[in-house]
Amino acid sequence: MAVPGQSEGDQLHTVVSDHMSPSRILAGRALLWLAALQLLVVLIVQVLHKLEAISIGFVNWRPLLYAYVFWAIALCVSQVLVRGEQGKRALFVLPAVLFVVSMVVFPLLFGLYISFTDWNLSSPTGPKFNGLANFRQMSGDPFYWNALKNMVYYVLAVTVEYTIAFGLALLLNAQVRARKFFRVAFLLPLMLSPVAVSWMVGKSMMEVRFGPLANLGRLLGWDNPSFFGTPELARMTIMLMDAWTFIPFMMVMILAGLQALPKEVQEAAKIDGATPWQGFWQVTFPLMLPVSITAIVIRIIFKLKLADIIINVTSGGPGGATDSVTSFIFREYRDRSNVGYGTLLAMVYLVLIIIFVTTLLKVVNRWTRQFHQEGAG
Amino acid sequence: MTDQTAQIFMDTNADLAFRAKWYSKRALIYGALVFWAFVSLFPIYWTVTTSFKIAPDVMQGSLIPWVDFLPQWRGWRSLGLSPDTIFSTSTVREEFLKRFTNSTIVSLSASLLAVVLGSLAAYGLSRFSYRFGFMKNSDISFFFLSQLILPPVALALPFLVLYKELDLLDSRIGIILLYTLMVLPLVVWIMRDQFRAIPVELEEAALVDGLSVWGAFLQIVLPIALPGMVAAFILALVLTWNEYFFAALLTSTDAKTLPVMVASQTGSQGINWWSMAALSGAAIAPLVVIGIVLERYIIKGLAAGAVK
Repeated sequence: MAVPGQSEGDQLHTVVSDHMSPSRILAGRALLWLAALQLLVVLIVQVLHKLEAISIGFVNWRPLLYAYVFWAIALCVSQVLVRGEQGKRALFVLPAVLFVVSMVVFPLLFGLYISFTDWNLSSPTGPKFNGLANFRQMSGDPFYWNALKNMVYYVLAVTVEYTIAFGLALLLNAQVRARKFFRVAFLLPLMLSPVAVSWMVGKSMMEVRFGPLANLGRLLGWDNPSFFGTPELARMTIMLMDAWTFIPFMMVMILAGLQALPKEVQEAAKIDGATPWQGFWQVTFPLMLPVSITAIVIRIIFKLKLADIIINVTSGGPGGATDSVTSFIFREYRDRSNVGYGTLLAMVYLVLIIIFVTTLLKVVNRWTRQFHQEGAG
Repeated sequence: MTDQTAQIFMDTNADLAFRAKWYSKRALIYGALVFWAFVSLFPIYWTVTTSFKIAPDVMQGSLIPWVDFLPQWRGWRSLGLSPDTIFSTSTVREEFLKRFTNSTIVSLSASLLAVVLGSLAAYGLSRFSYRFGFMKNSDISFFFLSQLILPPVALALPFLVLYKELDLLDSRIGIILLYTLMVLPLVVWIMRDQFRAIPVELEEAALVDGLSVWGAFLQIVLPIALPGMVAAFILALVLTWNEYFFAALLTSTDAKTLPVMVASQTGSQGINWWSMAALSGAAIAPLVVIGIVLERYIIKGLAAGAVK
C-alpha cells in the first residue's frame, strides 16, 4: 500500500511544528519491517507445511490472520511514529481502508481463482483448474439466464414501488393529525426481517386453505386463491412482499426531501394560479428529482441483492419463475456444493451489476441535466 | 355597508362547494392513510394473534381475539415462553435464547465496529486531503460507497472457503467481520453528511486552544455528531439483525443467528402455525420496539443520505 500523503486543500488547517527525532523515525520503520517480516515468515512456514515440504506448521491458516492483524496495527503505529502529524491524520482513514481492502479485494481475487476451477466441496479431490469450462456450462444453463431475466422484472418493479412511496410521502407531508402514528406504522415493515416476512405473509397469510389473504381472494370471487400457482403470479407475489418491506425505505427518503423543499416556491405556484396537479408536476416533482434518483438508485442496488424471501417462500419455484440470481446460486451451493461454478456465476453477476449501475448513473446524470435545461429554456 | 358585511359572512354557493371539496379531500387523505396503516400493520397483528390460536381457530380463519376465538398460550408454550413454562426447563427455549443471544451479540458488535470505523473514515475524508497512491479523497469516498453494490453472493462462496481455512466458519467473529463490511458503506455515507454539516471553525478554535487533531475530534466533534452516529448505528442494527444470506451459508451450530433458526423452522412441514407465529413474533419483537421508540433516528439516518 502506498503511503498517504497530504496535498493542498485541507478543510481543517493545522500549523504544527513536528519535532521528529531520527530515533523515532527509525523505530517506526523498524516496527513496520519487523511486522512485515513475521507476516512473511508465518506465510512461508504455512505454505511449506501445506506443500508438505516441512513438518512444522499450523493446523489451519488462522495464525496467518493474526500475523496480518499485527502487521496492520504496526502499519498504523508506524504511520504516527514516522510521519507525526500527517500520520495521525492518516490514522482516521487507514483502519477502514485496511479493513475493506482485506475483506473485499482479497476474497474477490480468491473468488476469481475459484471461479476457474471445478471445486466441489463434497468431492474428495481439491480444486482443479478447468479453464473456461465453467463459462461454457454457464452459457448453456437456462436457469441462470432465466434468473437474470427475472432480475430485470424485479428491478422494473422498483418504478411501481417508487410511485407508491411517493404517494405515501405526499400523504405524510400533508397537514394531518396523528402524523407520528402513521409515520411509525408505515415504517414498521422495514424493521421486519425478510425471513420472518416470508413466513408471516408468504407462508401463512397466503396459505391457500385458511390464510386471510386467500380468504379475501375467495370473497372477491377468486375460486382458487393460490398465490404461487402460475409463474407470473408467483413472481408478482414475491415482488409484492419485497415491495411491502422496502416501500418505507424509499418513502422516508422522499419524505425527507419533501420536507426540505422551500415552501415559498410551492406557495408562489399556488398564487400564480396553478392547480395542485400542475403545482406537483411543474414545481414539486422537478425539485424532488435529485432525491428521487438517489432513492431509486439505492433501492435498485438493494433489489439486486434480493434473495431471502425467494429462498424461504418459493425456493425459486415454480420452475425457476421466481428465482433471483442470488437465490439460484445459493441453491447451486446448498444442493450441489458446487463452489467453483457458483462463484463463476456470482462473478459474472458482479460484472453485470457494475456495468448496469455505472450505465444507470451515467444515463440518469445526462437525463437530469437535460431535464433542467429544458426547465430553464 | 350592511349589505357588504352580510355578503362577507354569508356562505355563498361557491364557498360551500369549496368546503365540500375540502372535506372530501380530507376524507380521501385519511382514507388512504388508514388503508396503508392497515396494510403495514396487519401482518404483524396477524402474527401476534396467530401465536395465541389453536388448530380450530387457525382453520376457521379467526381474526379478533375474545370475539372470534379465545386466546391461548399454545404457541408460546411450545417456545417455553408462556407464563406456566417460563420457569421450567425447555430445550426449545434454550435453543431460541441461544440464537437470540447470537443475533444480539453479532448485530451489536458489527454495528458498533462499523460505526467506529466508518465515522473515523468519514471524518478524515471530510476534513483532510489524502492521497493513497493514485487515489484522492473523492476516489477513497467512492471506493467506500462502491462496496454498496457488491452483491453478497459474490463474497459468500470465497468467504466460505477462506473461513474454512481460517477456522472462522460457524464463529461469531467471522460473521461480525462480514456484517461490518456489509453496513460500512451506509455508515460512511451517513456520517460524511453529518460531519460536513459541522463547521470547521469549531475544531480550529479547539486546535488554537492546544488540542491535537484527535483531541479536537474526540472532545468537540464527537459529541455534536452523536445523534448522527446513533442514527447510523440503528440503521446498521436493523440490517445486521435481519441478515439471512451470509448467516445461512457461514453458520451451522454454534453461531447460528435468529433468522436462520426461523428459516429452518419454516422449512419443516410439520410445524404448527401457533409455534411458528410465536417464533416469528419473538424474532421481530426487538426491532418492532426499536422501530417504535427510535423511529426518529431511523428517519434521520435515511434522510441524511437522501437530502444534500
